[in-house]
Amino acid sequence: MKKLLVANRGEIAVRIIRAARDLGIRTVAVASKADADALHTRLADSCVEIGPSPASKSYLVTEAILAAAKETGADAVHPGYGFLSERAAFATAVADAGLTFVGPAGSVIEKMGDKVAAREVARAAGVPTVPGTPGGVDGVDAAVEAARHTGYPVMLKAAAGGGGRGIRVVHDEDGLRTAFGQASTEAQKAFGDGTMYLERFVERARHVEVQVLGDGSDAVHLFERECSLQRRRQKVVEEAVSPGISEATRDAMTSAAVNLCREVGYTSAGTVEFLVDDAGGDFFFIEMNTRIQVEHPTTELVTGIDLVAEQLRIAAGEPLRHSQEQIERRGHAIEYRVNAEDPTKDFMPQPGSVGRITLPSGPWVRCDTWLEPDGTVPPYYDSLLAKVVVWGADREEALARSRRALDEFTVAGIPTTVGLLRELVDEPWVGSADFHTGTLEQWLAERKETS
Amino acid sequence: MPRHEVVSPIPGVFYRRPDPDSPAFAEDGSTVTDDQTVGLVEVMKSFHQIQAGASGTLVEFLVGDEDEVDAGQPVAVVEIG
Repeated sequence: MKKLLVANRGEIAVRIIRAARDLGIRTVAVASKADADALHTRLADSCVEIGPSPASKSYLVTEAILAAAKETGADAVHPGYGFLSERAAFATAVADAGLTFVGPAGSVIEKMGDKVAAREVARAAGVPTVPGTPGGVDGVDAAVEAARHTGYPVMLKAAAGGGGRGIRVVHDEDGLRTAFGQASTEAQKAFGDGTMYLERFVERARHVEVQVLGDGSDAVHLFERECSLQRRRQKVVEEAVSPGISEATRDAMTSAAVNLCREVGYTSAGTVEFLVDDAGGDFFFIEMNTRIQVEHPTTELVTGIDLVAEQLRIAAGEPLRHSQEQIERRGHAIEYRVNAEDPTKDFMPQPGSVGRITLPSGPWVRCDTWLEPDGTVPPYYDSLLAKVVVWGADREEALARSRRALDEFTVAGIPTTVGLLRELVDEPWVGSADFHTGTLEQWLAERKETS
Repeated sequence: MPRHEVVSPIPGVFYRRPDPDSPAFAEDGSTVTDDQTVGLVEVMKSFHQIQAGASGTLVEFLVGDEDEVDAGQPVAVVEIG
């Protein structure tokens, strides 16, 4: 691998370009019109403008990206996260163009992207899945019959879904009969596939996911992250390792994730997501993300392994560099997502011009961002401004360092979520890690009522 | 007849239809009510409905489907009455 095209923007493009540079790989950035002067375009060795500002006309256009790769002589493509990163057809098109795709093969992305197929793979690998239907259910009566076996409450999910869409929680048969048709129609409209499956809904669930690396013949885990603090199913704070599971659960879950990777011959970095029932510690496979994730730095800070660099090495054909025994965890890391949103106006996105900014830094604080003083936050893409990631010898120290880092972070010109994140750090239930996937929304709702 | 300008409160991409396969919320010449949605603005992956803001006849759209708009930019004109 000599020259890498980064098919993305924002902080992840910056992150990938830096990892490539560390490895002596030249980089090509791509940019929409709105991003013509963005940080990632200036950090890369060269840049190609690939279209108008909306992502649907630039970052999501396979042909434009392949043309840019051809024009610049790139021999590999890193998709980052979002955009084309989990589109099997894109991975295949990159390979068909004679380029190296930094990620698993299109066939693996396709299999793990289909939730029904992914659950079948998990079962074959002996990984526990949430009690539910083995595949899509054929109509509402079949769903009602299946729910009798799994027990209520039940979660209805679109087989082709993603990002929290096409999901309904129902508490009884009447609710199921009402919701099934709506959810299926919604899934048909959103994903072109109305197939639904159902599974038991865990009331107090923790969201814990295992970071894995595979080279096609072997796989290792890099421990887990807990991502239970979510708003509208979007992660807000993530930490490594999970403060909410036992060592026995950790061992079983990380082994299960590695088994799953071996079952599919997984190549590249990936994440196996689980729901953990807070009541008894049972864990269930939910899905696999076949890409680098936003929250990967927390794992990097506790293991000392550069995940993007490992992705690049694996894509270049190198075998895994670490055996499982060599991968150790040390201390605790927490990541905060700072968004251009106004928490006082129901998290309304806030693009616009920024003035002076102060990014947190100092000992054991990392800030991954694309934001620069006097820059512009365009309205076309997601609202992520920066990720503040802190490390501490233990969770308490990481929380103390979080206070310092978030206090330092200022952005003039637009509202951000940084103040809210700072407030969150001081909440006793955050300090004691007494939370589940619904806790943050509950807190936000109560906070709104009292303000 | 008094004219009312329908303004986008946020910058983003203006859409005249709820999804690519559906008809437009309103056409030139449509009768609209005050709280009727006449378009969507997508900003940072979230969609916000733009209401007519006055009852009457929507006489013209000032921006096209999928055009980029600024905060405060008029997107349509309603003749009140």
